Formats: sequence, C-alpha cells, structure tokens
Amino acid sequence: MTDNTQTSAASPAPRAQETVERHRYDVLVIGAGGAGLRAAIEARLAGKRTAIISKSLFGKAHTVMAEGGAAAAMGNVNPNDNWMVHFRDTMRGGKFLNNYRMAELHAKEAPERVWELETYGALFDRTKDGKISQRNFGGHEYPRLAHVGDRTGLELIRTLQQKIVSLQQEDKAELGDYEARVRVFAECTITDLLVTDGRIAGAIGYYRESGKIVLFEAPAIVLATGGVGKAYKVTSNSWEYTGDGHALALRAGATLINMEFLQFHPTGMVWPPSVRGILVTESVRGDGGVLRNTEGKRFMFDYVPDVFRSQYAETEEEADRWYTDPDNNRRPPELLPRDEVARAINAEVKAGRGTPAGGVYLDVSSRLPAEVILKKLPSMYHQFKELADVDITKQPMEVGPTCHYIMGGVEVDADTAATMVPGLFAAGEVSGGMHGSNRLGGNSLSDLLVFGKRAGEHAAKYVDSLSERPAVRPTDVQAAIGTILAPLTRAEGENPYAVWHELQDVMQSLVGIIRRKHELEEAIKRLEELRPRVASVKATGGRRFNPGWHLALDLRNMIVVSECVARAALEREESRGGHTREDFPTMDPKWRRLNLVCSLVGDQVTLTPKPVPKMPRELLALFDKAELKKYLTPEELAELDEPSESTGGAEAGRSN
Amino acid sequence: MARHTFRVWRGDANGGQLSDYEVEVNEGEVVLDVLHRLQATQTPDLAVRWNCKAGKCGSCSMEINGKPKLACMTRMSTFADGETVTVTPLRTFPVIRDLVTDVSFNFQKLREMPAFAPPPGLKPGEYRMQQVDVERSQEFRKCIECFLCQNVCHVIRDHEENKPAFSGPRLFIRAAELDMHPLDARTDRKEFAKEEQGLGYCNITKCCTEVCPEHIKITDNAIIPMKERVVDNRYDPLVWLGRKIFRRDQMPGYLGGPTQERLPVSEIVADRAGANSPYGDDITFPLPTESLTYEHTKED
Ligand SMILES: Cc1cc2nc3c(=O)[nH]c(=O)nc-3n(C[C@H](O)[C@H](O)[C@H](O)COP(=O)(O)OP(=O)(O)OC[C@H]3O[C@@H](n4cnc5c(N)ncnc54)[C@H](O)[C@@H]3O)c2cc1C
Ligand code: SF4
Ligand code: SF4
Ligand code: FES
Repeated sequence: MTDNTQTSAASPAPRAQETVERHRYDVLVIGAGGAGLRAAIEARLAGKRTAIISKSLFGKAHTVMAEGGAAAAMGNVNPNDNWMVHFRDTMRGGKFLNNYRMAELHAKEAPERVWELETYGALFDRTKDGKISQRNFGGHEYPRLAHVGDRTGLELIRTLQQKIVSLQQEDKAELGDYEARVRVFAECTITDLLVTDGRIAGAIGYYRESGKIVLFEAPAIVLATGGVGKAYKVTSNSWEYTGDGHALALRAGATLINMEFLQFHPTGMVWPPSVRGILVTESVRGDGGVLRNTEGKRFMFDYVPDVFRSQYAETEEEADRWYTDPDNNRRPPELLPRDEVARAINAEVKAGRGTPAGGVYLDVSSRLPAEVILKKLPSMYHQFKELADVDITKQPMEVGPTCHYIMGGVEVDADTAATMVPGLFAAGEVSGGMHGSNRLGGNSLSDLLVFGKRAGEHAAKYVDSLSERPAVRPTDVQAAIGTILAPLTRAEGENPYAVWHELQDVMQSLVGIIRRKHELEEAIKRLEELRPRVASVKATGGRRFNPGWHLALDLRNMIVVSECVARAALEREESRGGHTREDFPTMDPKWRRLNLVCSLVGDQVTLTPKPVPKMPRELLALFDKAELKKYLTPEELAELDEPSESTGGAEAGRSN
Repeated sequence: MARHTFRVWRGDANGGQLSDYEVEVNEGEVVLDVLHRLQATQTPDLAVRWNCKAGKCGSCSMEINGKPKLACMTRMSTFADGETVTVTPLRTFPVIRDLVTDVSFNFQKLREMPAFAPPPGLKPGEYRMQQVDVERSQEFRKCIECFLCQNVCHVIRDHEENKPAFSGPRLFIRAAELDMHPLDARTDRKEFAKEEQGLGYCNITKCCTEVCPEHIKITDNAIIPMKERVVDNRYDPLVWLGRKIFRRDQMPGYLGGPTQERLPVSEIVADRAGANSPYGDDITFPLPTESLTYEHTKED
C-alpha cells in the first residue's frame, strides 16, 4: 500500500522557518459531528488520550441540522416493532446492496445508543406513558424515530457535546486539567493523513483562525468528516461538506465503496433562489403533508414501484386513514423511500406540471390545524416564514429535490469500523456500506451513534495492540506543509471560487438525479480538465481566517471525490436507489452482487468490482421468498432451497 | 435586482476600518448571501463564519446596522431600497478577523457548568418523564449557541472586567434547564447560578430575550425563576402551575399595578412554551434599572 500520501509532490519547497505545533494523542478523531463525538466519548472511556478536530466551532457540525429524528426500534409507540423489522426496512430501503452486517448491528444496537443519550441529559419528546416518543418516517414500517420536535440533530449534538464536557470535568477533578484526556481543536482543518510503512502515524492540518500549521502524532485515527454535498449547486449541505474524509482516506491508501449512490432529498426549498436546496424535513409528510402538482393532483399514487406496491395505499381515503389506524391501512405513497419521491417530483416537473421555480407543492395547511403545525413543525414554520415569507399554516410550500447525503464512503469492516489501512477507522456519513444504495431518513443519526461508538472502541483496542507507534516521517510533513501553503505562494492562478462553481456545474448538470452514459463521460472529461486547474488556484490575502485559501484546499478533495462519483456512476449499468440511469432504467440482480471499489493509484481514481458480502440464511429468512425474488439472482434463489451447509459464504461475509 | 452599499468592518485584533462595497442583491436574499457574493466576486478573503444558512447552527452571528443578528436570517427585503447596510463583528468578543470573533469565552463558561447528573438507580431505557415536564427544559435546549444574548448583555458588553465573574444569559438558561430537568440528580443548580455564575449581576434588562433568534424567553422563563428560587428555596411545581392561571394584569407585581414589591411571577399565560414579559410588550429596552420593580438578589 502507498506509504507516501502526498500526491501533489510538485508543491513548492517548504520553508525552513515554518514552525509546526505538535501534539501527541492516542486516538485522533477528525470530525465533531454525531459520529466523531460518540467515537471520542468511547475512546476516552477506554482511557485513551483523545483529540477531537473540527473545521467549525464545537457544536456546529452538520449533525446540528438534522431535523426528523433518530431511528431505533424501541417499540415505544408500536410494540410490534423490533430490530428485525428495522433491519428489513433498512435492507429494502438500500435495495439489498447494504452491508448486511452493518444493517444488522445498526438495527440491534440503535435502541441502546438512544437510551444512553438520556443518561447524558437528552430530552426527547415523550409518549403518554413517559417513554421516548417515536414518529413515522419514509420507509419505516412503524413509528420509529426518536425526536425532539424538528430539531433532533441539535439535541443529539448538544447532548454529546455536553457529555464530552462532563468527561472533561471528571478529568479536571482527577487530574487538575480539563484537557488532560480529551481536547477539542475547533476551527482546525486536517489536510493529509500521515502514513508510515502502511500504518497510520498522524495527521496534519492548519488552524483556520491563525493559518498556522498543526501536526498530530497518533497511531489511531477515526474519520468522521461527513459528506460531499458542496460539489453540487443545489444542496442541503453546509460548506464543511467537501468530501475531506473520503479524500483523506483515498490518499492514505484506503478504499471507497458505493460512491455512485447519492441521496437527493425530495423536498428542498426551491424559492427564493438564495435558499434553494435548504431542507424541508420529511416529518412534514410523516405528520400528514401531501404532495400535489400544479393541477392539484396528489400525484404520488402514480409512482408506487412494483417492489413496494403491496405496502402502500392505493386510494387517498386509505392513505388518510393510515395516520390514525396504521394497523389496518397501508401507508400513503408520500412516505415512499426518498429516491422514489425525488424521481417522482423530477418527473412531474419535467412533464410541465411543476411550479415556475421548478418544484411541486407540499401542503400541510389544508391537512392539520394551525396549532398542531406550530407544535409539531416549529422550525419549518420559522424557516418558511423568515426565509420565504410563506405561512405554512395557510399556504403550501414549494419544494424540489436537493443533494442531501452520500451513501458511498470509506470501506470499513462492519464490526470494528476499521478501514483497509491499519490504524484508520471511519464512521458516520463518511463511511460506506451501511445504507446500501439508499439511506432511510432517520437511519443516519442512529448510524452515527452505533458506529461512532464502535469506531472509538476499536480504535482504542488497536492502540492497545501496538507494541510501538509508527513514527511520523519528516519528509511527509514537509511535503504536506508545501501542499497547504501552495495556493498562497503561487504568483499566478485562478480564483478558487470560479473553479469551484465550474465543478458544481459539472456535477449538478451531468451527474445529477437522472444519469446518462454520454453525460457521465462528458463529466469525467471535464473533471479531468478541471484537475490541473484545481491544483493551480491562487488564494489572495494572508493566512488568518482566509476563506479563499480554505476553499482552495477543500477543492483538492472535492475534485477527487467527484471523480469517484462520476466514474462509479458510469460503470454501474442499472438503476438502484440513489443511482438512476436513464439508459438502464431497471434494477439488475447481477449488479446487486457487486460493489464498486474506488482507490487511488498514483493520482488516478481506479475502480474495482468486489462482491457484496453475502447475507447468512437466518437473516434471509426474515424476508418473504416473494420479496427476495425482486432482488436476488436465480442462482442465489436456488441456493436458498439447498440444505443449509452450503451457505458457508455467510461467515466469510462477516469479515468484510 | 437592487444595488446596495455594504459597509463591512475589515481588520483584525490590531484594528481595522469600515470598507464600502457596491453589491447587487437579488430577490429573496439574506445578508449572508450578499457577504458570500462579496467573497466570490470582490474580496475572496473576507472572513465570515457560517454553516447551515438556515438559522440552525448559530455560526453567523454579527451586528447588522448595530443590531446583533444572524446574517443568514436577515432578509435584504427588510432594508429600504439602496439603504446602506453596515456589518460589524460582535462587539463583546475579541475580533479575530473581519466578521469573525473569538467566542471561546462562552465555551469556557459552558465547560465550567456542572453537567447533567444522571439519577442513581435508573438504567438506560428506564427513564420515564411526562411531556409537560420536559417541555420547560426543552425550551432552553432549543438554544443554537449563537451567543447573541451574550453579546448584547450590558454586564459584559463593555465591561471586560465582569467576564470572569459573569457567565451570561446562555449559561443562565443552561442552569435553568438542568434545574427544571425532571431527572437531574443535583439540587444546587440555582445556588451555583448565584454563587458561581454571577446571576446577581443581571438586572433584567431583557435585552438577551429580545435578540434570541430561537425566541427563548431567557429572562422570564429562566433568569427570573432562577433568581426567585435563589431566594425562595426549593422550586415547587404546584406553585409554578398555579401561577400560570393568572393573567398578566392580575399579577400582584405587574408593572403598572399598584404594588412596588418584588415580582413573584415567572410565567404568564401564553399559548406556547415561552411566556410574555411581565413588564408588558410595549416597553423599550434596556430599561433604566432604577425603574425596575424587581428587587435585586443581594450580593454579599
Ligand atoms: C438538513 C439536514 C437534515 C437531516 N436530517 C436528518 C434526520 O432527520 N435524520 C437522520 O438520521 N439524518 C439526517 N440528516 C443526515 C445527517 O444529519 C448527517 O448524515 C449526519 O449528521 C452526519 O454526521 P457525521 O457525524 O457523519 O458528520 P457531521 O456531523 O457532518 O460532522 C462532520 C465533522 O467533520 C469535520 N470535518 C470535516 N472535514 C474535516 C477536516 N478536513 N478536518 C477537520 N474536521 C473536518 C466537520 O467540521 C464536522 O465537525 C440530515 C442532514 C441534513 C443536511
Ligand atoms: S436580562 Fe440580564 S442577562 Fe439578559 S441582557 Fe439583561 S442583564 Fe444581561
Ligand atoms: S439563548 Fe438564544 S441568543 Fe442566547 S445563545 Fe441561545 S439561541 Fe443564541
Ligand atoms: S449559518 Fe447557521 S445560523 Fe446562520
């Protein structure tokens, strides 16, 4: 495996006078969202000296924006719910491409992880008998999302942040220093991982505030950096989402899977233009909101795909009864998985039944009394009132698809969250496999907790297993410093904003919701042309809090991750979940057996197909044979009928 | 499309100046959009913090025409055509560069706040709480840590010397939140607020409530009840509920009423979590402290 992570070795000679702040930790957690903080808590509980690094201030990570809730089969609202039902829903949502073992662990452990938050001080909304209340969400068979109004992410991140503080207080009491065991490095961006002899040795980056270089020496690193939405023009994601973790992992020699699968959330705001993309939570639909086109038609009934036909209502009457009597009625088609709804809206708009701004109507005003809307969806009410001057208790909202989440990510071992590079772990949105080709709403917050914990735990164990720590090589440090300072030291170069906007253009128009072969080929060509331009942008100004410079460095990550997405999308000749090919409009069971693995060879993105881990019999048995027929190949189905010894693949799958 | 002059403070800890930029503004835009346009077209190194662009993360706090605001929630349509918009960094915290300030004061204070104490004997999954009981604390947990309330509070706004002793409104609601948490095992939250957080410095000017983008009734629902209970001793939920059935003008201590006694109210009838001000809504702030009917907690 490559041990020199610097792909841009052509950077200018490092300056001798550059002073580098150095820190030594046992476990370095890159990312202070739900996954990172949960990992850090676990590493600290295992007694490890832990650093948490974040591009923004403590408590501002993307997780703060999550609205709907965290999925966990606690069965508080409907006692029929349990991990097996949750597992089934997750696999269905991901169209069976999920790493089954991750989906299994997730479904089993999510309730414990959510309950644990209460012991840290979280206050979820309650049921009548005082338990954590749970709400309906697209793709979940029962009400399953633990929530706090529509600000669940805020509750989650604040709770974890406060737990970190409480651990720091314990350390202060014991050792006299808040930062004796856990320290948060806020507004600090990591630009490269340092790998020595194939193993993690540390990481390097800069403080956004001062522009100074900082080096961390640590044998174990947990990546928890989130996604890459900023490569798109219309996105619900913030500036932090530039695919840093994906790119760091690639450059360190790790692999990415499922990069062709991006989730376009069906309901982003479409008007006014400046807020285009900002999310309208799915709870609007879960709580009764319906989608209509400009002809006033509730069009989702026309878009129920065959695989879901039996679970969704066929008439408006039945759909409406479901809200009060879910046991005897089928759910409204507005609650289909996100990819289906996004495609349906796209189709309606294309057919000329959309609003002038290119959206459709999402209406709760005619469905719920104003007080209920205010109580259940307070932040949506504010968002529309303040940003669009729309009163959602009186008027419908205008919505359309927005780039929201990347299912693809760093390939990890399901049980330990370990990547291919010893010492490197990944959890949260930056990791891949858990959600297959499409993530269900609410499954991310629980994913952060379940795999954040596992990553922290196994990173700590890995540190214990080492007899000596890999040393950081000075040449690697010098090369990394050169890369960081390059955009500031170039005499000539393009404006990073201009190059970024072009990159967004390519991704938005050529690698969007509906993909076509010739467009993907063109995208790859244009990305290749952009690459040298990205490598030669120039940032004006100095080193103190200079956003142009920061963007120049983030671009380096966005471009390589975009290339992974485009190449994988071209390769996969079928439509599944978050990947829709106009020229291959159906699911192909043969493709379900394959993940596309991206790696860097030199500075070239390379794709290798790899079999999807095989689900063991006892998990397959949770599904109807008739349902499995929709996903599995005839050979796989035939195997199911054979006596049980022949499924030896199950255990092998576990080690993936 | 309209044109505006943006007068933006540029500089760092060593000083700076207001620089004027002519900029185009499209329909529906907010101040943050315009700052981003400046970055993309005129001054790529303009430092500004932001994350969510939807009023959820509390990163983009600054002073717009002198008022502490979230830049992502301040719509350009609230300014007159062609009006000059002046954007400056938060005044209470040291400037790092341009519109970015060093808010570490707040994180330091947050770190000193004793954490939630889990109730002994209850295992994860065994917590039972009623919705009405969690709602009071939930109001305070809406806080997005934008620190606008901290910025506006006159106790520290121009008084660096008060900073060590005074934690500020963000921390008072945190204390109140834990005090009202149905299962928090500590019983000394209010004493802590008084003795360690400097609750006594607050003279209920209510400026913090005025600027809170989450509309948290910081003064009425947190500070006043905390102050009261510092004096009254243990908090009694029955009394609290009982109080809710009065209308504001029936309250014994209502400003404008005959009594000049200490205000015993903490909550007034309101249709949502977060009540109105006991001083009425027709008053401009800050109020001169002499005219307050609130009696100061004695600092000894
Ligand atoms: C508007 C919105 C609503 C959502 N609603 C829901 C929901 O209801 N339910 C649900 O389950 N999911 C929801 N999601 C998805 C979910 O919020 C995210 O997938 C999840 O929060 C990601 O968490 P994370 O811990 O992986 O990363 P994040 O919370 O995004 O944290 C990433 C962290 O990594 C840091 N970082 C990144 N790069 C670097 C670097 N180079 N150096 C140092 N630090 C770095 C960042 O600063 C940040 O601290 C929503 C997403 C959005 C955008
Ligand atoms: S009410 Fe108290 S805390 Fe709030 S701004 Fe006034 S003095 Fe500060
Ligand atoms: S209480 Fe309100 S103003 Fe103060 S930090 Fe929280 S959200 Fe901001
Ligand atoms: S950017 Fe998040 S509150 Fe303004």
